[in-house]
Amino acid sequence: MSLSEMGWTGQTRAEMAARLRRKHRKEQALRTLFGGAALISILTTVGIIAVLLFETLSFFQEVSLWDFLTSTQWTPLFTEKHFGILVLASATFLTTAIALALALPVGLLAAIYLSEYASPRARAFLKPGLEILAGIPTVVYGYFALLTVTPMLKALFPGMATFNALSAGLVMGVMIIPTVASISEDAIHAVPRSLREGAYALGATRWEVIRGVVVPAALSGIAAAFILGVSRAVGETMIMAIAAGQNPRLTLNPLVPIETMTAFIVQVSLGDTPTGSLAYRTIFAVGMSLFLITLSLNVVSDWIVRRYREQYE
Amino acid sequence: MSDNNPSLIRLDPTVPIPASQRSRRRPRRRPRSVSGPIFRPNLAARKRLDALFYPLTVLATLFGLAILVWLLWSVFREGVPRLSWQFLTSFPSRRPARAGILSPLVGSLWLMGLTGAIAFPLGVAAALYLEEYAPKNRLTRFIEINIANLAGVPSIIYGLLGLELFVRFLFPLTNGRTILAGGLTMSLLVMPVIIIATREALKAVPDSLRQAGLALGATKWEVIRDHVLPMAMPGILTGAILALSRAIGETAPLITIGALTYIAYLPPVSLEALRTPFTVLPIQIFNWVSRPQAGFHVNAAAGIIVLLAVLFVMNSVAIILRNRYRRRYE
Repeated sequence: MSLSEMGWTGQTRAEMAARLRRKHRKEQALRTLFGGAALISILTTVGIIAVLLFETLSFFQEVSLWDFLTSTQWTPLFTEKHFGILVLASATFLTTAIALALALPVGLLAAIYLSEYASPRARAFLKPGLEILAGIPTVVYGYFALLTVTPMLKALFPGMATFNALSAGLVMGVMIIPTVASISEDAIHAVPRSLREGAYALGATRWEVIRGVVVPAALSGIAAAFILGVSRAVGETMIMAIAAGQNPRLTLNPLVPIETMTAFIVQVSLGDTPTGSLAYRTIFAVGMSLFLITLSLNVVSDWIVRRYREQYE
Repeated sequence: MSDNNPSLIRLDPTVPIPASQRSRRRPRRRPRSVSGPIFRPNLAARKRLDALFYPLTVLATLFGLAILVWLLWSVFREGVPRLSWQFLTSFPSRRPARAGILSPLVGSLWLMGLTGAIAFPLGVAAALYLEEYAPKNRLTRFIEINIANLAGVPSIIYGLLGLELFVRFLFPLTNGRTILAGGLTMSLLVMPVIIIATREALKAVPDSLRQAGLALGATKWEVIRDHVLPMAMPGILTGAILALSRAIGETAPLITIGALTYIAYLPPVSLEALRTPFTVLPIQIFNWVSRPQAGFHVNAAAGIIVLLAVLFVMNSVAIILRNRYRRRYE
């Protein structure tokens, strides 16, 4: 093998030093470039907060914060305007409660099956199958809620309106099942084997081990799954805009049309709202409320997961 | 300890329990937690409860799948008869039977291409920085937490950001409610997903590989370019495809930035297209679902089938990529 084949280029020491300097400079430039890309994520957050804050502040120059927080009417497009966010928030709360009432038990039981009972083969087939539910576009769920589930529920509740919280909430619950199941499963999976084996050694049945040992030990993770499910439900838009209606009203009746916070933003966006008008600012004020709710839910859920991880590591 | 106490466990099972000592009454209440008496002698009842619980968990798992099947069935039953070449190649129309999905389909493809072109390099670069370059300090930690939080922000909030920033503020660049504004908004939306997936893929590359490269005198970038990235690429691509398939199904942020619902022309095949108004499949489906006429509902179902077909192809590619290269990691 000759020297050149081994990589010998016949460079002088000075040439090599120059080459190294070039390489170093390139290295520095790339590092800055990549760091810049990472900074975009921070800029995105700053952008979201700045935009929401700016428009919300100008919104509150025309509308009193007191009216926003305490009024029981939401009539931003009428002559006599009221901006009671409670009206939209109650609708969001109602649909979220319905969704979680379905998704939490079903998701938790599915997680228990997948981690405690299922054979590896069944798991390899069922888990991705369940996760397909999370990948289906929400507009498809909206179609399903309005045109398939609602007509069926109408047979059960004859007085039910075409647009209602029940059908939209239930379908949203189905959408959230994989979220709850997969995070709960992670939590259940993290429970040390020794705890289970200890209980089995004492003669406990499988159900007793699950209820008495596994679920209590994984409870914080399950709580985090629940909170994340709530956060997703609160921010869900298309199912609500399609199937829950656009009638803002303060009610907990699941059979009548309502309007959630997200559906209101869609409703205004679909119309021709001039930028800078009060209606335009309204969607940012609603968006700000939405952002604050989901952010605090995500932070709480993250905090719970972190705390719980420390227990076993 | 007395042998007469029936609640005690008998160590010798061969000795029969006298009838007088057999436990006749069941414990008053079942244990609530580990601290309660978890070991109860009434084995038959305990086994019965155990046997009841198992099918319940199976049922819960199958419930989701059953709904999935039901959903697909109701969409396909309604939409398949409507699918035709005419449906794929016609513009939206006031008359349901003549309406088609051409402009939304083309709009979705444009948007997906643009989002990929913006979000993929930026997301990978950000992940490379965090995984390979970033010092372990407060700023890095802050960026990491920030990315995790961004992934949890509802998509409609990104729509509000896009509306103000890209449609209104950067109007001279984007020309308003155009493909470019939509693509930029979607890029911000999927970037956290791409970053998180890329970091996972980079983490899976063994450190020994980097050390070997560095020991031979390669610079960090040379090691990344020639060894780390090629090895992590299947994982990165899988994550990117999944992120894009999320983008293609998103409706809310695009409605918020004001994408149109009726487009009767195609964007020109040039960069000028970026500055033209657009519509996408989910918005067209939403529009059709929201109309009262049953004919449009059939169109919506057919549109959903097209959308699901696009998603199916993308996910299949992702799965094939993952399976093909999985062996390399192991």
